[in-house]
Amino acid sequence: MTPTASPTAGDTSAHGVFDDIVGSESSLRRFLHGLPGVDQVGCEARAAGLATRSIKTTSKAFAIDLAIRMVDLTTLEGQDTHGKVRALASKAMRPDPADPSCPATAAVCVYPDMVATAKQTLGDSGVNVAAVATAFPSGRAAMDIKLADTRDAVEAGADEIDMVIDRGAFLSGRYMDVYEEIVQVKEACARPDGSSAHLKVIFETGELQTYDNVRRASWLAMMAGGHFIKTSTGKVQPAATLPVTLIMLEAVRDFREQTGQMVGVKPAGGIKTTKDAIKYLVMVNETCGSDWLDPDWFRFGASTLLNDLLMQRTKMTTGRYSGPDYFTLD
Amino acid sequence: MSRIDVRKTYKLYIGGQFPRSESGRSYVVNDAKGRLLANAAQASRKDARDAVVAARAAFGGWSTRTAYNRAQVVYRIAEVLEGRREQFEAELRAAEGITAAKARTYVDAAIDRLVWYAGWADKITQVVGNANPVAGPFFNLSTPEPSGVIAVVAPRGALLGLVSVVAPLIITGNTVVVIASEDNPLTAITLGEVMATSDLPGGVVNVLTGSQAEIAPWLASHMDVNGIDLTGVEDAELATELEVSAADNLKRVRRPAPDTDWLAEPGLDRMTQFLETKTVWHPIGV
Repeated sequence: MTPTASPTAGDTSAHGVFDDIVGSESSLRRFLHGLPGVDQVGCEARAAGLATRSIKTTSKAFAIDLAIRMVDLTTLEGQDTHGKVRALASKAMRPDPADPSCPATAAVCVYPDMVATAKQTLGDSGVNVAAVATAFPSGRAAMDIKLADTRDAVEAGADEIDMVIDRGAFLSGRYMDVYEEIVQVKEACARPDGSSAHLKVIFETGELQTYDNVRRASWLAMMAGGHFIKTSTGKVQPAATLPVTLIMLEAVRDFREQTGQMVGVKPAGGIKTTKDAIKYLVMVNETCGSDWLDPDWFRFGASTLLNDLLMQRTKMTTGRYSGPDYFTLD
Repeated sequence: MSRIDVRKTYKLYIGGQFPRSESGRSYVVNDAKGRLLANAAQASRKDARDAVVAARAAFGGWSTRTAYNRAQVVYRIAEVLEGRREQFEAELRAAEGITAAKARTYVDAAIDRLVWYAGWADKITQVVGNANPVAGPFFNLSTPEPSGVIAVVAPRGALLGLVSVVAPLIITGNTVVVIASEDNPLTAITLGEVMATSDLPGGVVNVLTGSQAEIAPWLASHMDVNGIDLTGVEDAELATELEVSAADNLKRVRRPAPDTDWLAEPGLDRMTQFLETKTVWHPIGV
């Protein structure tokens, strides 16, 4: 069963379109459990098949630059300092100081208390600041604390909020709680001037157990109004995988067919090499089409990936292999 | 009842594994009389790239082991080689068309060479390091440190030649990507099997077989390779080209030496060539 609502114009926030479905706990459950089941073998085979595509020369150069523009350069460590965040922000603006033609990354992703520092360094460079809020990475805190966490980050200047869903509630079937949580966090993303920070919803797919649950979580988050759906925090193994991302891409594709509204996808964690990144880009193009091949609609949550992309980029321009000595560590 | 031959597939030795060439290619290796001996994997530039990544990954762990421990590991290679000497003698006779006595001499020399270099591991610092007298209240100490990842073009001597260029590099803590002799690559891979079973961590020695002219330029220009040993390069033009591209990141270069007598005492220069001297000034009396 899929929603039968017709696309609406303008702000297609879920309210209205999905009123019937999210009206009650039971109708929401009926809808989510009525979603077609994922064929596990088929999904994994499809993801593995797409990963074998060979991308060379000009296509590869395009893919590398696009991937750099899609990186959310991330540092989410207890040991983060203001200095490290400033260094990271500088790197996000000029990933390869030796080559001015190298594009900037999409965003810098930090803990809420580092938002102001990152914002100060980035200024109006066009690189966004994303903050992980809502008691990241476990999400185990009272609702008002999560909301305060979010408001703090938005107030400090965050352009994007990465929230984690309550996996405990999701796994025990309290879908309405998860839905309400996302809706409330989205409201907390609003700024006084009427605009609002973009909301990314992290599922932590490594804890969701089944592909069916990933599909359900995707629809739930999209109906609640998330601008992006994101695989993982990066703190739990397995993090992003190709099959999981494929399911989420199918979900955003189907969601646009139903509602006309585009939702972004962000795989995060475990994507370390250019080869991996290109596999994801191939999958995006083959599943959702080229509309999603844009930093506004697809992101990589990564830290080490950027250096590998830069090394590959240097290899393509100089014709010789580069080494990690020539790029900053963080 | 006749038994079906179990033929050996010669592959590459990269990061402690024996993968086929990424390119899927192989080439024919003949014995001294021109008869087919086996097919060897023909490595591509991407195999060379993977080998450098493996060597770089192994460098941190290998170079920080104690010299004493590196000596034990290299000595262990000699032990295992001793246990498999019949196999190596047979391979050398087939590949190079030499007599049994000559083959035994080469295997003996290769084993002795490993033991000799193993002994140097914890002595080279005393010989080439120094406490320098300076005009000030300082201890001034110079100590040798390994350069990093070294690319090696191995000479023709299928066993002794290879051992003689690889052992001095790993004993001082470098990690190595070696292009085996193009004509006699099989013994190099068998030696890889010995190293894989001798406590030598994967990636410390990586063996590529294939075309020297195809692979060596990629290693010479590779920015993550710290030195290149051109001992086995016989084409003077290729050698010059490799030296030029090695200059891009100021690699240490050891120039070709095609006519080396591998049975002679090697001296220390193969070890010292790829060492960096670190000098520390330490205040006295503070």
